[in-house]
Amino acid sequence: MYDVIVIGGGPAGASAAIYLQRFRLKVLMIMKDLGTLGKTNHIDNYWAFENTVSGKHLVEQGVAQATRLGVDVIEEEVIGIENFEDFVVKTTKNEYNGKTVLIATGQSKANLKVKGFKEYIGKGLSFCAVCDGFIYKNKKIGVIGNAEFMLEELEVLRNFTKDITVFTNGLGLPLHIEEEIKEKLVTEPLCEIQGDEVVKKVITQQDEYDVDGLFVAIGTPSANDFALRIGAFTENNYIVVDNNHMTNVPGLFAAGDCIGGLLQVVKAASDGAHAAIAINKFLKKIK
Amino acid sequence: MSVKATTETFKKEVLESEVPVIVDFWAQWCRPCLMLAPVLEEISKDLEGQVKVVKVNVDEEGYLANQFRVSSIPTVYLFENGQVKNQVVGLMRKDDLLKRLGLK
Repeated sequence: MYDVIVIGGGPAGASAAIYLQRFRLKVLMIMKDLGTLGKTNHIDNYWAFENTVSGKHLVEQGVAQATRLGVDVIEEEVIGIENFEDFVVKTTKNEYNGKTVLIATGQSKANLKVKGFKEYIGKGLSFCAVCDGFIYKNKKIGVIGNAEFMLEELEVLRNFTKDITVFTNGLGLPLHIEEEIKEKLVTEPLCEIQGDEVVKKVITQQDEYDVDGLFVAIGTPSANDFALRIGAFTENNYIVVDNNHMTNVPGLFAAGDCIGGLLQVVKAASDGAHAAIAINKFLKKIK
Repeated sequence: MSVKATTETFKKEVLESEVPVIVDFWAQWCRPCLMLAPVLEEISKDLEGQVKVVKVNVDEEGYLANQFRVSSIPTVYLFENGQVKNQVVGLMRKDDLLKRLGLK
C-alpha cells in the first residue's frame, strides 16, 4: 500500500513526488510518457536556465531527480481510479493501492472533432460506461476508441448488451487491441453523429449505423475522464479543487494543468509542492 | 430533505407541486450520482419551502426514466407548474447547478 500514488510525471507530478518523498512517505509515480511538456522544444521563461531548454529535458531531469530521492517511478498507462476505503489505480498492466491519489496528467482536451459531437453530449453520447451503460440494456451501442481505454469501456458495456459496434474513427488499431474485439468493427473515419433529441445514427465515410447510445473512449483517459468516473467536480474540462488541491472526493488531489489557471511549468511545479504539503497533512489526519 | 418519487407518485409529487421541483434521476451504482446527493440535500435545505427536491431511481423507475428520455445520469430536471423548465446533465457544484437550472 502506497501513501500516495501520483499519476503523471510532469512538473506538477514530479514536484509533488519529490516533496512527498521528503516527508518520508511511500510514493509511487506512474507516467505514460513524457506528456505534453515532453513535446515542447523551446522553453525560455523558466527560472534558472540561462539557455533555451527543451520540455523533454525538464521532464527527464525531474523524473531522474524523483528516482534518485527514492520515489518508485513506473512507466504504465493508467486506465482507471477506483475509490473504496482506499484507492485502486488500475493500469493496462497492474493494479496499485494507495491511501491518496494525486492526478497530475495535464490538460484534458475534448477529443472528437465530428459534426454533432458537442450537440449530443449527455443526449445519448457518453464518456463513462460505468455511469451510463445500464441505460442501454439490450440496446444498440457504439463505442469510439482504439486503445486499452476503449477495451476497458467495452468490457463494462458487454454486461448490458450484445449489440455493440466499435468505431475506431480511422485511428490506428494495434493488433493486440483488435484481437480483443469480438464485436462489429468499423475502422473508417466518422463524418457525423445524427439524431433528434437523442443520438440515433453514426455516419461514416462509406456507410451509416443505427445506435441508441454512443460511448467515447479515444486514446488514453484524461484527467476529466478520471474525475467523471470517481465523482469529482469539474468545470469547463478542469478538475475543481479546494485551497489544498483536494477534490470533493476525500483523499483525491489534483495539480498542474488539469486544474486550470496558468498553464505554465512554474505554476505546475508550485501546484505540485502545495498539493504534497496538503497530502502530508491529510495523511496525518486519517492515521 | 429530498423525497423519493415513483411512477405512481410522480404526478402528485412533481407535476402537481405548488413550488418548483428539482428532479434527480440517479442510481446506486452511479458514482457521480452519489456525489451529487449531498449537493441536492444542501439545496433542499437552503431553499426549503421555495423548491422541492425529488429523487427518481432509474433502476426502479425505468418507465419514468424512459418517459423523460434520461440517457445519462445524474440528470436533473427543474419542473415548474407541471412543465419541464430546465435540464442539466452531470455532476456539478451547488452554485453551478443552481445557475444552470435558472435558480440563481
